[in-house]
Amino acid sequence: MTDVAHPELVQAIGNGADVADRELERVDDALLLDLYRALVLLRTFDERAVIYHRQGRIGTYALYWGHEAIQAGAALALGREDWIFPSYRESAIGLLRGMPAATILQWWRGHPSGWWNPAEYNLGSICVPIATQVPHAAGLAWGKRLRGESSGALVFFGDGATSEGAFHEGANFAAVMKAPLVLLCNNNQWAISTPISAQTRAARLADKAVGYGMPGVTVDGGDVLAVYEAVREGIERARAGEGPTFVEAVTYRAAPHATADDPTAYIDPDRVEAERARECVGRFEGYLRRAGVLDDETAETVKAEALELMRTGIGLAEAEPAADVGEIFAHAYADPPPSLERDLSELRRILAQ
Amino acid sequence: MSVALEAKELLLVEAVNDCLHVEMERDPNVLVLGEDVGRAGGVFRATAGLLDRFGPDRCVDTPLAEAGILGTAIGLCMAGWRPVVEMQYDAFSYPALDQLINHVGRYRWRTRGGMDFPLVIRMPYGGGVRAPELHDDSPETFYVHPAGVKVAIPSTPADAKGLLAAAIRDPDPVVIFEPKVMYRSARQPVPEGEHVTPLGQARLARTGTDLTLVAYGAMVPLAERAAEEISASVEVLDLRSLKPLDEDALLASVAKTGRVVLIQEAARTCGYMAEVAAILAEKALLDLQAPVLRVTGYDVPYPYWQLEDAYMPSVARVLDAARQALEF
Repeated sequence: MTDVAHPELVQAIGNGADVADRELERVDDALLLDLYRALVLLRTFDERAVIYHRQGRIGTYALYWGHEAIQAGAALALGREDWIFPSYRESAIGLLRGMPAATILQWWRGHPSGWWNPAEYNLGSICVPIATQVPHAAGLAWGKRLRGESSGALVFFGDGATSEGAFHEGANFAAVMKAPLVLLCNNNQWAISTPISAQTRAARLADKAVGYGMPGVTVDGGDVLAVYEAVREGIERARAGEGPTFVEAVTYRAAPHATADDPTAYIDPDRVEAERARECVGRFEGYLRRAGVLDDETAETVKAEALELMRTGIGLAEAEPAADVGEIFAHAYADPPPSLERDLSELRRILAQ
Repeated sequence: MSVALEAKELLLVEAVNDCLHVEMERDPNVLVLGEDVGRAGGVFRATAGLLDRFGPDRCVDTPLAEAGILGTAIGLCMAGWRPVVEMQYDAFSYPALDQLINHVGRYRWRTRGGMDFPLVIRMPYGGGVRAPELHDDSPETFYVHPAGVKVAIPSTPADAKGLLAAAIRDPDPVVIFEPKVMYRSARQPVPEGEHVTPLGQARLARTGTDLTLVAYGAMVPLAERAAEEISASVEVLDLRSLKPLDEDALLASVAKTGRVVLIQEAARTCGYMAEVAAILAEKALLDLQAPVLRVTGYDVPYPYWQLEDAYMPSVARVLDAARQALEF
């Protein structure tokens, strides 16, 4: 599966040949189809976003092609009351919480309407600086526990993030404060051009969990069921007051880091081709067909619905009126200093000339 | 805004402590977190008694991790808390600047006003206490510059209580720098009970007609001592609130005196008083009868403490600048 040794990699999806599929407890056909819809929705968003970027309709875009199993498996293992803290790699995860595609597209179009109120979706803002969202998630989960609420949180970050101080401080805080948190590491083995071998000498990133006194598990990040199962276990443990869990989901970044990146300079194209051949949406589709849960008609319907959602989304995004310059000054303070009002009126005067 | 009728004589650090007791009693969403704030009551005892009174959930000894403290405080806000963070010392706060600049000052904006982040950072700052390296910094400029963050610095025990109370009640993130050299320098009257000094209002510490000395924090009593020795009528303006700045009070004083000396303990280049000087250049040109002068720390690392008195703005340096301004 990968170029690092992962003998203990947890999987549920077989290969249709010598490796058998595994049935999960408390996972019925309806949930399997929900997971499929989530995967297709995320995949469709990502592929359309790249096209929109090439058409000049959205700005620089960070791809997550091949990471959908991690995102869908995690999001569906949580309750709606549980918070999610995404990095930019999970920019579209709001789709799984009912956020309009237009909102996320507007984020990538740099329009203010792309920024949401986290309390509306229990979804933190897209976090750009690496690993800095980990302490936020730890603090929120800790704060929920202090309030006696039963909800928890999940934070996404990449393999490179585990080198950052913010990851360490956030993980340690979560453990010390018994925060109901799942730390979900998307180990796609690349931080832009830096391979995991240049990032750490740890045999498994999940081994870092030992240092924080929390359980760590490594799962196949291309296996939506394995991710679902591990996150469900982590969040149930969290809700039971047993503190945080580290889940390492191993995958491979078989796409550029972002639209501005040209990975041919540093990545092995044969490896990329091999990884793309076993991408996560197709693997789950194979599982569902072997289980008799998915037929051609349903698959076509799900894909058509996702495409329609994107067509609607980009249409709404592009129909949005241009942002007013007042937005520049509007939200930095609840109680802004008077200088901002003066700056805005001066700007309006000059723009009106 | 004070509802108290009585005042008691308190040290500046006792006024901080009194404020925390009053505000935590008033609002059950206020919690205090930081290094050694619980069992020890803070290395300066600013948080003494809070653990016993409010329990370990609201007075939290944290791991030794400044970015983690400030980062988790953001999450605590999202869970409905109003965290008051103690940074143990000025220079030890720098690991938290990533969280401050990238998140504390931006998260409300990012939510388009959907969520408030009513957190407070308070920290002892400044030199003159014969301390080891990096226990002496005046980092206010680093905190004033990022958007979305307010900054205040008291120079009296009453303002230490009042400004901190205002910060705790403010819907926006506020940083309070407490002049550690003044923590135990003098007892002064502090209103009992709830006492709020609004942000954005300067204080005339002394009125005069010939020269304005502008200062904040530990430089205010220095300016007052210098004013005593100047043979002219000297006004001392205590800015108290660096952001928002009380521009009206600044411009009114300079309109009256026409001569101004700006005093800050921090190093000169791009220090806070450079901003004040720029405002005077923009808005007070016709009132000025002399160049705007600054007395500041120097553009070098804060020195070995045997030399710190020579580094710090002193009465002699203020008198020298005042003479230049008055004789121009």
